[in-house]
Amino acid sequence: MAKAVKLRKPQVERRGPSKTSVRLTVNDELHEISVEPRRTLLDALRKDLGLTGTKKGCDEGTCGSCTVLFDGKPVYSCLTLAIECEGHEIETIESLAKKGQLHPIQQAFIEQDALQCGFCTPGQILSIKALLDINPNPTPDDVKRAVSGNLCRCGAYPKIVQAALQAARQLSKES
Amino acid sequence: MPRVVKTQVEFEGRFYDEYVVIEGEDVPPWSAQQEFSVVGQPQTRIDGVERVTGAAKFTHDIQLPGMLYGKILRCPHPHARIKNINTKEAERLPGVRAILHSANIPKIPWRMGLTLLFDQTLRYAGEEVACVIADEEEICEDARELIEVEYEVLPFVLDPLKALEPKAPKVHESGNLFHNEPEIYERGDIQKGFSSADVTIEGTFRTQTALHNCMETHGSVALWEGDALTIWDSTQHIFGVRDVVAQALGLPKHKIRVIKQYMGGGFGSKNSAGKYTVMAALAAKMTGRPVKIILDRHEENLAAGNRPASIQTLKIGAKRDGRLTAIYHKSVVNVGAYATWGGGTTGPTRRLYACPNMKTEDYSVFTHLGPYSAFRAPGYVEGTFALESMMDELAKKLRIDPLELRLRNYAESDPATGWPYTTKGLRQAYHRGAELIDWQGREAFKRKYSTHTKKIGFGMASQIWGGSGGPPAYALVKINPDGTAVVVTGTQDIGTGTKTALAQIAAEALHFPISSVKVELGDTQLGVYSPLSAGSMTLASVGPAVRVASEEARKQLLDVGAQTLEVPREELEIEQGEFLNRRTRERTPVKAIFEKLENFMIIGRGARGPNPEKKSVNTFGAQFAQVEVDTETGRVTVQKIVAVHESGRVINPLTITSQLEGGIIQGVGFALTERRLVDERTGLVLNASLETYKVPTVQDVPEIVAEMVNLPDPEVNNLGVKGVGEPPIIPTAAAIANAVADALGSRIYDLPLTLDRVLTTRELP
Repeated sequence: MAKAVKLRKPQVERRGPSKTSVRLTVNDELHEISVEPRRTLLDALRKDLGLTGTKKGCDEGTCGSCTVLFDGKPVYSCLTLAIECEGHEIETIESLAKKGQLHPIQQAFIEQDALQCGFCTPGQILSIKALLDINPNPTPDDVKRAVSGNLCRCGAYPKIVQAALQAARQLSKES
Repeated sequence: MPRVVKTQVEFEGRFYDEYVVIEGEDVPPWSAQQEFSVVGQPQTRIDGVERVTGAAKFTHDIQLPGMLYGKILRCPHPHARIKNINTKEAERLPGVRAILHSANIPKIPWRMGLTLLFDQTLRYAGEEVACVIADEEEICEDARELIEVEYEVLPFVLDPLKALEPKAPKVHESGNLFHNEPEIYERGDIQKGFSSADVTIEGTFRTQTALHNCMETHGSVALWEGDALTIWDSTQHIFGVRDVVAQALGLPKHKIRVIKQYMGGGFGSKNSAGKYTVMAALAAKMTGRPVKIILDRHEENLAAGNRPASIQTLKIGAKRDGRLTAIYHKSVVNVGAYATWGGGTTGPTRRLYACPNMKTEDYSVFTHLGPYSAFRAPGYVEGTFALESMMDELAKKLRIDPLELRLRNYAESDPATGWPYTTKGLRQAYHRGAELIDWQGREAFKRKYSTHTKKIGFGMASQIWGGSGGPPAYALVKINPDGTAVVVTGTQDIGTGTKTALAQIAAEALHFPISSVKVELGDTQLGVYSPLSAGSMTLASVGPAVRVASEEARKQLLDVGAQTLEVPREELEIEQGEFLNRRTRERTPVKAIFEKLENFMIIGRGARGPNPEKKSVNTFGAQFAQVEVDTETGRVTVQKIVAVHESGRVINPLTITSQLEGGIIQGVGFALTERRLVDERTGLVLNASLETYKVPTVQDVPEIVAEMVNLPDPEVNNLGVKGVGEPPIIPTAAAIANAVADALGSRIYDLPLTLDRVLTTRELP
């Protein structure tokens, strides 16, 4: 077994600006965290707030696993800095189920089996929520456009589209 | 008494003889007429809520108090030797806790001894050089930039054919050909076969390197408590990770616990521990704190495996009526820098058609590129593309319908072994698929919908694969004092729905509602061994053990229930999770008896029995593709895929269609857009990101019609199930390539079917 490496005494300065206080409103709750300015919203959610439902698939804005709602609009939280979010409302997958009751989109994902490994699922669901919030009667093409920035390597796409349409029907019945 | 049985086990198209221990008596298979209340019914995932609410904890999500992070420095050259590493500056950065590299870590053999955990010779761009451990990932990244490595850059070879030339740079001292010889298979007399042929055709096919791109990248978290090590690993094989880490660190296996509850895709790339796993364990020991190492997307695409590129030459001889007389198939596969087994592609050729004379040669060649790993039906996707393309060329030459040609060469018994199949539903799959796509009406459809520049085409391809599963696999079924049941196995649910299917089997055998059944898996500490979740073997291996354990638990429950309730045993049965007195029709909740028994727990044990002797167990299927090819832009649009597969009995019709659709969509990506690009001059991968490596998006998905031939296999195991994970990806690219050839009137021999290839291949009108 390897022995501990003896490290030299820290002598160099940490690079870049130091930690700063940031106030984040996430799922209707206010949080104050202290992070370097380079910390992304994604890392702030996952590491500082422990909201690990938002996933990191690429950390460079190409997969959509980290999708959250920023003032109701879907954004890639890996391309958003935490310090940019002060004064804005952030919504993550953890906020969807209310009082133990699944959101109709979540229910539809289960019923249609619109997932396999489930890693991209939070992002898919939030992209669909953003769509249904502004377009309660989407066509299949509308749904496809809404989730075309959310990759699913398991290939649950056909059922994701079906789930979105089922959720739209359910939501319009409820309203 | 436990019995030791010698049995044949198949994995990824290869066969092994193994001794396995079988505990208890197997139960007779469910008959084809058996009526079920849970099995065979569409069942939503029992862990669906966790997966849609963000509650499911993946390896990425494990956060422990005091946890440190690790980031790996990787070699920027395809072939180099480390002359010197200077970590001075990096070590002085506040927050850096350790830097692991070849000078301070013992020599730990890796990849069958072909390299070391930290080797001084590096054999591909992206190979591990050092690992920085720090308080934050950002600090790891800063420190990584401060490490100075002096490399001696060495000559490299990327092309497998060049690597086989005598003067090529050597990837390994032992030579560039894996095992120093090709894998050769022969049957009959190939010379006679070709001389008796009326027609002979030949072609050379090339397939690309494809990257898995699981949404969750590879990674581990390691935690020491005293001399016991716990590892959370994004893996398809918890026991495999345990064994590799035990060997690497010289620890007894029982000191290591490996946990994997949820995993964001594997597709064959997570069948074992990674270097990151061992590095995390070493670093956690060195620092006395838990360590997490997660690969980023680029590292994933450089170092976490791939479907290796192939060059395949096929020669087929046939009689005028289409009967095959001989096949010669040579395959050269670029396995990259390391391989633990060969990367052959000729499996389908040996086993799909009744052809008496055959020779296949598989060359697995080392080059200075990222190492390959299994990728959903390794070799069979590539081999099926070549074989089924040639079958279509033969059909064209002989003016025989492609489906008819395949039926004329239908293998009634396994052509490689001569053994009968346990079941074979390929003929049903052909006929049902042809019906669903209106194969007979395709020429009329093409005439009606093709234009001058938009050509419609139809193509088909067949699928053969293993999927028998087999022992050893064990299960416990416990009945709790509250009247619920728990299935305990050492398998893992990699997203395929294993947990749900096992709950269905247990509920059926226990006569419990599925809502009363919980499934525990993904933890070596549970102590119940199960094999890796790969090779389409999970359900067919573990499911039968769960059934035995459930039947055993139900018997015990009836024994205990009859005595506690003071009714004759034969009058008692279990229905919907309650005791039912057959005579009085009186119902008693299961938990009622436990109230009299204090904390007694019933435990049923089950083992997977051996596979049938001298019988071939295979899965089969057929896919049909309808495409539109734009002859002005070269764009191929897959309009429709019809897929009909036979994998024995269907346990969950809901989740099985998810697997079929997922395999097909990955197949569409392989056919059209996915390809790792390497710069020939530098040996660097050019598209290691999801921006540039094109996996299918929702917009690329065709209409998919997917069905199973539900044909319970009476011999394979007590459930009649075979595997389904890999079969659906196998024929997709071949069917699409055949449809494109049909649309264009000429064939593209290389995958993917890119715009330039379509434009340069098409015959001018």
